[in-house]
Amino acid sequence: MADKVPEWGSASQPRQPDTLSAQPQRNAAVSPALAKALIGLGALATIASTFLAWTWTTSFPGDLSVTGYPGGNQVITLVVGVLLLVALGTAYGLPGLRWLAPRGHVRLLRGLALAGAVSTWYILLAVAIELNGIANWVTGSWVALTATALPVAGAFLLADDRHEAARPPAALPRWAQTVIILAAIISAMFIADYGITTSFTEEFIGFALAVGLAAWGLNSSGVLARLTELNARNRVATSAAAFAAALLFVFLQTSDQYNTIADDILIFATVALGLNIVVGLAGLLDLGYVAFLGVGAYSAALVSGAASSRFAHTALPFWAQILIGVGVSIIAGVIIGAPTLRLRGDYLAIVTLGFGEIFRIVVNNLNGVSGPSLTNGPEGVYGVPDLSLFGYDFGKPHVLFGVTFGKFGNYYLLLLVAMAIVVFIYARVNESRLGRAWVAIREDETAAEAMGIHGYRFKLLAFALGASLAGFAGTINAHLLNTVTPDQYMFSASSPPNSAFLLAAVVLGGMGTISGPLLGASLLYLVPAKFEFFQNKQLLLFGLALILMMRFRPEGLVPNKRRQLEFHEEEVAEAEAHAVAEADASEAEAVA
Amino acid sequence: MTSTMTTEPGPAGAVGTSVLEARGVTMRFGGLTAVDGVDLTVGDREIVGLIGPNGAGKTTFFNCLTGLYVPTSGDVRYKGTVLPSKPYRVTQAGIARTFQNIRLFANMTVLENVMVGRHCRTKEGLFSAIGRGPRYRAAERDSRENARELLDFLGIGRHAGSLARNLPYGDQRKLEIARAMASDPGLILLDEPTAGMNPQETRATQDVVFKIRERGLAVVVIEHDMRFIFGLCDRVAVLVQGRKLVEGTPQVVRADERVIAAYLGTPYEDGAAGAREDEGTAS
Repeated sequence: MADKVPEWGSASQPRQPDTLSAQPQRNAAVSPALAKALIGLGALATIASTFLAWTWTTSFPGDLSVTGYPGGNQVITLVVGVLLLVALGTAYGLPGLRWLAPRGHVRLLRGLALAGAVSTWYILLAVAIELNGIANWVTGSWVALTATALPVAGAFLLADDRHEAARPPAALPRWAQTVIILAAIISAMFIADYGITTSFTEEFIGFALAVGLAAWGLNSSGVLARLTELNARNRVATSAAAFAAALLFVFLQTSDQYNTIADDILIFATVALGLNIVVGLAGLLDLGYVAFLGVGAYSAALVSGAASSRFAHTALPFWAQILIGVGVSIIAGVIIGAPTLRLRGDYLAIVTLGFGEIFRIVVNNLNGVSGPSLTNGPEGVYGVPDLSLFGYDFGKPHVLFGVTFGKFGNYYLLLLVAMAIVVFIYARVNESRLGRAWVAIREDETAAEAMGIHGYRFKLLAFALGASLAGFAGTINAHLLNTVTPDQYMFSASSPPNSAFLLAAVVLGGMGTISGPLLGASLLYLVPAKFEFFQNKQLLLFGLALILMMRFRPEGLVPNKRRQLEFHEEEVAEAEAHAVAEADASEAEAVA
Repeated sequence: MTSTMTTEPGPAGAVGTSVLEARGVTMRFGGLTAVDGVDLTVGDREIVGLIGPNGAGKTTFFNCLTGLYVPTSGDVRYKGTVLPSKPYRVTQAGIARTFQNIRLFANMTVLENVMVGRHCRTKEGLFSAIGRGPRYRAAERDSRENARELLDFLGIGRHAGSLARNLPYGDQRKLEIARAMASDPGLILLDEPTAGMNPQETRATQDVVFKIRERGLAVVVIEHDMRFIFGLCDRVAVLVQGRKLVEGTPQVVRADERVIAAYLGTPYEDGAAGAREDEGTAS
């Protein structure tokens, strides 16, 4: 593809990019060829710089002092550099790479260039600050600094070519779609794995900056939307790939150290998904949801045979504990829901908040002194034994396929199954008469009732189902933590899961979707856990994140496109064309 | 679901029998009597218009018929049985409605909106939704086919996959009708179906209502557009200040001086009648 020579001084000319190959109408003073060359040169230099040392001493965490191979954060810079080269391929119109930028490559280049630069500069800055001075930079540092700056300059010299996505190419064969989905999900898993296993704050911040900016680039280039579309069309393949990737994660761990984090994320995400039924589908703002997690955990702990339990001699098998945990949660859900669900909106939120706190205070007082003896008061039920299923003791290390699974690795496998069950239930219910009734109630309760939906009954059902899923997660949580105490189930605390964080995970991720709460829960767990210096300012960070989110992306990270792809592609395209045409027509009418 | 209804709802009522019988329906809100002893009978496959100045109590009367309000006194019978007092039971019994200000489920697709309308004619609950047995799949397929058929009937089948909020205004009105019809009603209540439409669209709506009647439904319409009402209805009732003023064929109503007075006031006795009309509008 030949580049057109830009016209000078035509900045006022409106941009009218229409096709993929359209060269933007110019407002830059540099020829695109030069800008692209700058990016290419910069990307190559960036890659090269990661093989140099960035400082002379090993006292900066991650060891950046090695010449010959990349270490620590240099790996991130290296990967971004390689991606930048690939993205540059789209700018040159290389065959086979166009699908990377359906909505224009310039923003992709900008995002990736910024990702490399900001992340690298941050690390160099951290080196200078923590080791007291720029004197700690070596030649490699300067090379990296300059090399990562070049693509940024180049990318911002290119004129923005953002345009509507071109029509998607003819559908690939099924196997190719599956391969793409698998590749995308496995790479996402590797990214998540890297994030979880970062061992020091600087590394995580550098990582988060790079991922955030690269994601922005990928999103505005339209490739994420296309992947989402692909995933929506192959839901079975996507779920299987996601499950496989999650399974792969635990096999990549060399120690149990990071499995604890992963376990907590899984619990948090599972409960968030349960809450998504209540909040995202039925539209009931529940601020006391964590109580159901507590009900499940307490129910299971009390009959698990723990010595501190009121029923110390009752050691029921795990399946019975699940039944009891889920059953008691449903009862609790109905007891709390029956009086409160007659309220709407804000009133419901306040009352559920109250009930959530009542749960915590009640279990705090059922210690035989302030109330009947049941829950052992503030000390809670401790010494909950580890699970043992079919002779597989979850507390002991096992070797599977040559990989050692410690306690948390074992629970990871169990939690993965639990999450799969919750995802399955959510997906099935979402696309059913029941799910439609819930969404109808959320959208307009009066109209829903006029359509024959018994609002109260269905709201109660949503509440009960949500409660049962949280209770289910709680039964596992009791064994995972070996302890159940009242203050694990607060409205807000500095670490998840608590009601406020759960709701935030749902809202942040995207209400009414499956991947939204999972992503939201991972972020909300990981970010506070990794920003150690934020320990006592987590709620501040959390509030800030919510404000930014509501300002820039109120629909959540994963917006819910309500199943437009359930139907055949052509129909959607046709209907949308019609909708647009008709909207235009009616607009014209309105004007006339 | 336990229902007080014994009659099977559906279009197959005996010709000539009354579908809806409202007797002495009165609705008071505190000191305000919004509807005052209104009688209305709707025969099988009859199209009845309900007109009156703003604030005359037409929509309140509709709400009394559909269980949204429980009338202070009077009773409403549908095919001989007293209507239950909950909206979802009324729909179950066989009366469906649309709303004056469109109340679609904006973030659902057009097809889903209509499938929601089918809700009370299907039974699948939580466990069949999770299990997805053959019966569930058959029921789901039926609702889908029914919904598609209704969308085609109203001429908006091409929009099936788009979100309801993205539809042009006129099509949103049609979608509301399709959604109401999905519950297989014997009587459909249309609250200002042509509000905001141009003359062309109004005429199209008229045809739609006739076609609905052909499917065996009785229709009650609230409207302000007189040409629409008089061209459409078999019978017209005029509500003024909560009371029924006149009822009869379009010709009779059109000729009645009191109707004209109620709408326009009586210029020659400017004191009394004009003031009364103002009150009516204010309430």
